Amino acid sequence: MLEIKNLCVQLEEEDKKILRGVNLSLEAGKVHAIMGPNGSGKSTLSYVLSGKGGYEVTEGSAHLEGNDILEMEPEERAAAGLFLAFQYPVEIPGVGNMTFLRTAVNSQRKLRGEPEMSAGEFLKVVRAKAKDLKIDADMLKRPVNVGFSGGEKKRNEILQMAMLEPKMCILDETDSGLDVDAMKLVAQGVNALRDGKRTFLVITHYQRLLDHIKPDVVHIMAAGRIIKSGGPELALEVENNGYADLLEETA
Amino acid sequence: MAMDDVQVKDGVDAETVEAVKALSGAYKYGWNTEIEMEYAPKGLSEDIVRLISSKNDEPEWMLDWRLAAYRRWLELIEPDWAMVDYPKIDFQDQYYYARPKSMEEKPKSLDDVDPKLLETYKKLGIPLKEQALLAGVEAPEGERRVAVDAVFDSVSVGTTFQAELMKAGVIFCSISEAIREHPELVRKYLGTVVPVSDNYYATLNCAVFSDGSFVYIPPGVRCPMELSTYFRINAENTGQFERTLIIADKESYVSYLEGCTAPQRDIAQLHAAVVELIALDDAEIKYSTVQNWYPGDENGKGGIYNFVTKRADCRGDRSKVMWTQVETGSAVTWKYPSCVLRGNDSQGEFYSIAIANNMQQADTGTKMVHLGKNTKSRIVSKGISAGKAQNTYRGLVSMHPKAKNSRNFTQCDSLLIGDKCGAHTVPYIEVKNNSSRVEHEATTSKVDDDQLFYCRSRGMGEEDAVALVVNGFCKEVLQALPMEFAMEAQALVAISLEGSVG
Repeated sequence: MLEIKNLCVQLEEEDKKILRGVNLSLEAGKVHAIMGPNGSGKSTLSYVLSGKGGYEVTEGSAHLEGNDILEMEPEERAAAGLFLAFQYPVEIPGVGNMTFLRTAVNSQRKLRGEPEMSAGEFLKVVRAKAKDLKIDADMLKRPVNVGFSGGEKKRNEILQMAMLEPKMCILDETDSGLDVDAMKLVAQGVNALRDGKRTFLVITHYQRLLDHIKPDVVHIMAAGRIIKSGGPELALEVENNGYADLLEETA
Repeated sequence: MAMDDVQVKDGVDAETVEAVKALSGAYKYGWNTEIEMEYAPKGLSEDIVRLISSKNDEPEWMLDWRLAAYRRWLELIEPDWAMVDYPKIDFQDQYYYARPKSMEEKPKSLDDVDPKLLETYKKLGIPLKEQALLAGVEAPEGERRVAVDAVFDSVSVGTTFQAELMKAGVIFCSISEAIREHPELVRKYLGTVVPVSDNYYATLNCAVFSDGSFVYIPPGVRCPMELSTYFRINAENTGQFERTLIIADKESYVSYLEGCTAPQRDIAQLHAAVVELIALDDAEIKYSTVQNWYPGDENGKGGIYNFVTKRADCRGDRSKVMWTQVETGSAVTWKYPSCVLRGNDSQGEFYSIAIANNMQQADTGTKMVHLGKNTKSRIVSKGISAGKAQNTYRGLVSMHPKAKNSRNFTQCDSLLIGDKCGAHTVPYIEVKNNSSRVEHEATTSKVDDDQLFYCRSRGMGEEDAVALVVNGFCKEVLQALPMEFAMEAQALVAISLEGSVG
C-alpha cells in the first residue's frame, strides 16, 4: 500500500535534517505503529507524507499504491486515499462542521471524477457515523473544532476519516490529551474501520493506545531513522524499559 | 476617543505576490455593451447642470436646488482624510450625462425598451421580466419575487412590477419620474437626511445626479416583495451620480437590494452616489448592497472610484434601519452608511464585508449617531485584505446628552491574506451622557497556513480552502443578507479572492 524508501527530509528555512533515510513498507490491511522519543521525526514523517509545506525532501521516495505521492498536491494525495488524523486539529471559525465535511467529501469525489454526494444521502451517512462516535447533532453544527474539548477534537478527526473512507490512514498521536474513556471511544472508531484492506500507520508515544488498537508491526524511530522493527511485544518492551536501552543498542 | 491602527506584516511570501500578478480576468462583468450613446458635453458647469435638469423634464424648484448645490460645491475642497491614495480627479475631464440614444423617447413599457439594453441586464443575470428572480437561484414553489429598477449610465431603463406594487400603495420608480409625478414627497424629504452641504461628493451629487430610485411605503404597509435597483456604468469617461430616496412611513416595512457592476476599462471612472433613508414611527428598512464595481487590474489601472454618502434617519420612535453591505469591487471605496437614531427606542444596525485584493483601497465603516432615548446600535464589520490592498474600518459611535440609556455594540474583525496588505481600524467614540454604554471589540487575524493545509489535507483545492475559511469569517454578515443575495455574495467572496494565495 505505502512504500517509503530512504526518505530524507530537512526544513526548508534552515539547514536542519529531520528524517535521515526512513524505510517503511506497509502492506494493505495491516496496522503499523511507530513509537519513539520526542524529536525523533515521527510527526514530520506524517506531515511530509500528507504534503504540508515547509519541508524539503532531499532524497528518497514515497509511493501510495505505486503512485509517487511526493509529487502531488495535498488535496490530490487526499483524493488518492491518504488521510492524516492531526495531533492538533485546526479550528476554522464560522465554518459549520457539517459544511466542512460535506465540502471535503465532495471535493475528493470531484477530484476523482465521481458524482457528488447529495445533501440527503450525506446527512443520512454522517448521522449514522456520528452516532457511533457519540458525536451529537450540536457538535455537527458547531464551527470546525472551535470550542471542542480535546476528546471532541480527536473524535471529530475519526469522524472525518470515517466519512472520507481513505485507504491509508495515518494517526498522529491521536491518544495525546485523551482520558481513558475518550481513548477507548477513539480506538473503537478506528477498529470499526479495520476491514482487512485499509492500512493504518499509528504514531504514538505510549503503549496504552496499542492495547486498544492492536498493531501487526511496531517500529521504533529515533533521530530520523527506524532503528528497530518487531511485533507487538516491542511496544511492551519500550513501555517497561524506556527507549534508552534501544538507543544504546543501535548507537 | 479611541484610536488604534493595526498593520500586520510577518514572513516573506513571494508566491503570494506571484499569484496576485497572475490574477487577471477574474472580474466577470467586465464586458461592455455596444450601444449608441448621447452625451452631454464634457466637463462641469452651470450649463451642464441645467442640461441634466432639462433632460429629466424637471420643475423649476429642482433646477434651483441643483444650481445652489453646484455653487456651493465650487467653494468646497476635496477631502483627504481617508486612507486612500489616488491621482487627483479632473472634474472637467468627465461626462456628467450619458444615455442610450434609444432612451430619448421614454419607453412606455418594458416591451418598448431597446433589446440591447434588455440583453445587457439578461447577461448580468438581472431579470427585467416580471416573473423572474435574481440570478443563481432556481425559482421554488410560490417563489419570492423581486421588483427591479434598472439604471444604465445616467438613466433608468425601466422598473418592474410597478402596477402590482401600486395596488399596495407602494411607489417604486426612478427618482426622475418621482420628481415629475410625486413632487410633494420628493420636496418634503429630499436632502433632509444628507443635506446639500454635507460633504464634497454629496454636494456634487446634488448638482448633477441624473437618476436613481425612489421608494415610498405608505403607513401600515409591508412591501409585498423585495425591491432592488441595479446600477450599470457602461459609457467611457462617464461618472455615475445616482440618487436614491426611500421613505418608510409609519408602521411600514421594506427590504431593498442594490447591485452594481461596470465594464473593465483602463481609465478610472467616478461614481458618487447619495442614498437617503427615512424611517418614521415603527417603520423598518433593510438595505442590502452587493457592490461589485470593476476593481481595476492587478497593477491598479482603471476601476471605479466609489465615493458614496449613505445615511438613514430613524426619524420616528421605535423605527429600525439595517444596512448590510458586501463591498468587493471598486479601485477606491469611500463609504460610510450611517444611522441617525433620532426617534426614541430606534435601532440601527450595520453589517459589512469589505474585501480588498490587488491594489484596491477601501476606507469604509459607519456612523451611529444616538440622539433619542433608549436607542440601540450594532456594528459588525469584517474586513478582508489580500494582495497589496489596504482596508480601513472607520467608524463613529456618538451618544448625545439626551440619548439616555442607549447602547452600542461594535465588532470589528480584520483578516489578512499574504503579507503585503494592510488592515486598519479607526473607531471614534463620543459619549456625552453617563447612562449609555458602548462596547467595542476588534481582532486582526491571518488566514494561516495551518488552516489551509488542514482543508487541503481533506481534499479541498487551495482556492476552495481560502473561500471556505473567508466565508466562515464573514458568516455573521452573510446571514444578515436576504437569501438570494447571500448566495450571490458567498460566490462573490470566492471570486474576489481568486489568486490571492500562492
